Amino acid sequence: MKAVGMGVRKKDAMALTTGKPVYVADIAPEDCLVVKLLRSPHANAMIEEIDVSRAQRVPGVACVLTYRDVPKTRFTLAGQTYPEFSPYDRLILDRHLRCVGDPVAIVAAETEKQALAAMRLIRVRYQVLPAVLDAQEALDNPVLVHPEEDWHALVPDCGADNRRNLCATGEDADGDVEAELAACDVVIDQIYETKANQQCMMETFRAFTRCDAYGRLEVVSSTQIPFHVRRILATALELKKSDVRVVKPRIGGGFGAKQTAICEVYPAIVTVKTGRPAMIIFTREESMTVSSPRHAMRMHVRVGAMRDGSIRAIDLHTLSNTGAYGEHGPTTVGLSGHKSIPLYTHGLKAFRFHWDVVYTNTMSAGAYRGYGATQGLFALESAINELAHALHMDPAALREANMVREGERMPAYYGETAGSCAIDRCLARAKDMIGWDEKYPARTMPNGHVRAVGMALAMQGSGISNVDTGAVSIRLGDDGIYNMSIGATDMGTGCDTILAQIAAQSLDCDVDNVTVHGVDTDTSPYDCGSYASSTTYVTGMAVVRTCEVLRGKITRVGAQLLGAAPEDVCFDGDCVRRMDSEESVPLREIAQAHMTAGVEDLSACESNGSPISPPPFMAGCAEIDLDPLTGQVEVVDYVGVVDCGTVVNPNLARVQTEGGIMQGIGMALTENPEMNGRGRTVSNSFLQYKVPSRVDARSVRVAFESSYEQTGPFGAKSIGECVINTPAPAIADAVYNASGVRVRSLPITAEKILLGERE
Amino acid sequence: MTIEFTLNGRRVTAQADADASLYQVLRALHIASVKCGCETANCGLCTVHMDGRAVLSCSVPAARVQEHDIVTLEGLQEEAKALGGCLADEGAEQCGFCVPGLMMNVLALARENPDATDAEIDAYLAGNLCRCSGYMGQRRGIRRYLDSLKGVRA
Repeated sequence: MKAVGMGVRKKDAMALTTGKPVYVADIAPEDCLVVKLLRSPHANAMIEEIDVSRAQRVPGVACVLTYRDVPKTRFTLAGQTYPEFSPYDRLILDRHLRCVGDPVAIVAAETEKQALAAMRLIRVRYQVLPAVLDAQEALDNPVLVHPEEDWHALVPDCGADNRRNLCATGEDADGDVEAELAACDVVIDQIYETKANQQCMMETFRAFTRCDAYGRLEVVSSTQIPFHVRRILATALELKKSDVRVVKPRIGGGFGAKQTAICEVYPAIVTVKTGRPAMIIFTREESMTVSSPRHAMRMHVRVGAMRDGSIRAIDLHTLSNTGAYGEHGPTTVGLSGHKSIPLYTHGLKAFRFHWDVVYTNTMSAGAYRGYGATQGLFALESAINELAHALHMDPAALREANMVREGERMPAYYGETAGSCAIDRCLARAKDMIGWDEKYPARTMPNGHVRAVGMALAMQGSGISNVDTGAVSIRLGDDGIYNMSIGATDMGTGCDTILAQIAAQSLDCDVDNVTVHGVDTDTSPYDCGSYASSTTYVTGMAVVRTCEVLRGKITRVGAQLLGAAPEDVCFDGDCVRRMDSEESVPLREIAQAHMTAGVEDLSACESNGSPISPPPFMAGCAEIDLDPLTGQVEVVDYVGVVDCGTVVNPNLARVQTEGGIMQGIGMALTENPEMNGRGRTVSNSFLQYKVPSRVDARSVRVAFESSYEQTGPFGAKSIGECVINTPAPAIADAVYNASGVRVRSLPITAEKILLGERE
Repeated sequence: MTIEFTLNGRRVTAQADADASLYQVLRALHIASVKCGCETANCGLCTVHMDGRAVLSCSVPAARVQEHDIVTLEGLQEEAKALGGCLADEGAEQCGFCVPGLMMNVLALARENPDATDAEIDAYLAGNLCRCSGYMGQRRGIRRYLDSLKGVRA
């Protein structure tokens, strides 16, 4: 029976495609209170006076809550394993408002109209304070985003200091980078900038809460992190964790946005205060303006090489803007160096990676697919392309000479070794698919447009080493069907199905013989959640382990029924057979038997964590069409070749890659988060924030060049995040090849190309 | 106000505020396939058929559907299974949140231009945003669905 490597349909595919009621808002109780938030119009202000008396008198209003009504324990909304790196810098409602959109009051009413009417009747007098909006001016600015005494960091090692607007600072280095750079023939020394891109999952943030029959708080949320949400709510509401239950139904996309508990605290406190079910659904505007976008980063890169193209030293300083709160601030920044520099480990003599993460009075940043690696790879891969031009080398040849190879230790990747790495094959195949040697660098078309190509490499991780953990439980049910319960959160990516494929392969059965039960923190085994590209690799290996234990139990019970010793029988997926005769007992009889007294329980639950995080690798090549009169860029072809180890489901891996590339193309060209001079995000709808539509890329082509990861399930690594990382640097170099203009700050707009200086 | 219209072949009577949209009325009637993704009429998630034509239900005032014929994916389950199967065979439904709206527009396309080229498919469906799939898998699935209809016609 072969299940791994098959492009089977997602287990929920037909429910989703026939429009069944499976998402949060579809299954909410009829009598849910509607929860709305009054939000701050100011980037930095204190509430001097707030009067909710008129709002409370609006018919249908169940409660209006202000900072006076909430617990005073600070917490973070970041979905991370405890103790979180993200500082405890939030209250549910605070007198101090630190960004435009910070919640001022929570209103709950029978209908949305009533809630909105009540909201308009809340009278607030603000003491407006000067705000720090620019990350470059934040450090040691007299305006402090978090002057409060009870701000605290659980992990002081990350260098956080609220008296300096500092969320994290640090350095990692190997060798003498200054000496090596001084000895290099050529040094590229440039600054690159990325913006606070929005994930734009089609389902905005939402959750409903209610008291269950036992008086506990039940939370049904569109989240990637049910177990973290349980802990966060318990901390924020000063409840016992055992009094909170979190259930995840189908999710309309996440991309990291829902790795932060953006919305759950608001209905939760309404339910705690009123005893009533309550639901919040963020508007698209709220999802665009007070959510958890990518950390905007400013990266100073120095790359040194010899004339022959050997790269000797890389120095990277990253300034990251975490906004008003520190969610994922100390951790995202690390990936900007730790998941870019290791690509060029091959002959590297020295590196230095140092960083500062600062608070500003802007929307808090969070986790977005790529998690800092995307930003770092835009900077470093752009610098590598610039280096190739400075050396008059083909960027492919420069990479071939310097990129990491299988078996090499990567000092900049926590000292881990590239145990499985087919990046060389990825690059060769991508070059071949795009026709690199014929098309590089550019050619002018009969209509005057210029066609050009550009490339980039990428890597990511597979889970967080020694931190991420996932468990599954599998039990043998009636008819020999396996019921698998998981704590990992399928957010549309298909992990329910992927994990079922791994189980089916391990148990020698059909994928249809494995049912999957999604997350309910009361009944699912613990899983830290679906983020950091962890599910296939980390939880997938938990499935393998669980199946091994379960197979042993099935074999024992089969042997018992056959009157044989366990070592004299084998389990082939259908039957337990005696090896010395034709006698056998089918699985369905074994299943039936264990529902009888005196037979051991046929279930198993194992967890897995990994001491390493094997990187997936990727090569991406863009072919663009540039209109020199308008600066308009069209991506006419994009090729991505991925090494994610063994491909568990080729269809899902392919669509993940195509989708990641398209998000990367949006980040490169059209997605432009913009703020006005007073800190208000003005790109607050799909009219201003332009995600790619289906006419924006004519062709995205994907292939796989697999290595075999010994520590992963059937050789698999991760795929979800790596695939967003190549478009921005590849397209930036294609634009340079077409126009001579080097754009170092995203997005690469027609204006920047037309007004840019040719180099 | 009270409005009466045909929903998926059945006569319905609904109470709605004067400023309600068709989308709000449909959700209140437990039509779960209809989603809201943007509030600015450019994501396509709330697409339904009104008198056989694809419309954005967020942009149709409820009062306008009085005595009109509304069809949602709930009323086209056979077609949904066939087209959904084509998308599922590509893994292109992903999170699925945009899929019902997309399918309503594909079914309208299948009626209006059954011989659509890939470029025509993309242009017709440009108003249906998807953040997961990158569109290529959806294009492959839709292509397969349209081709399967040709097989039936031939």
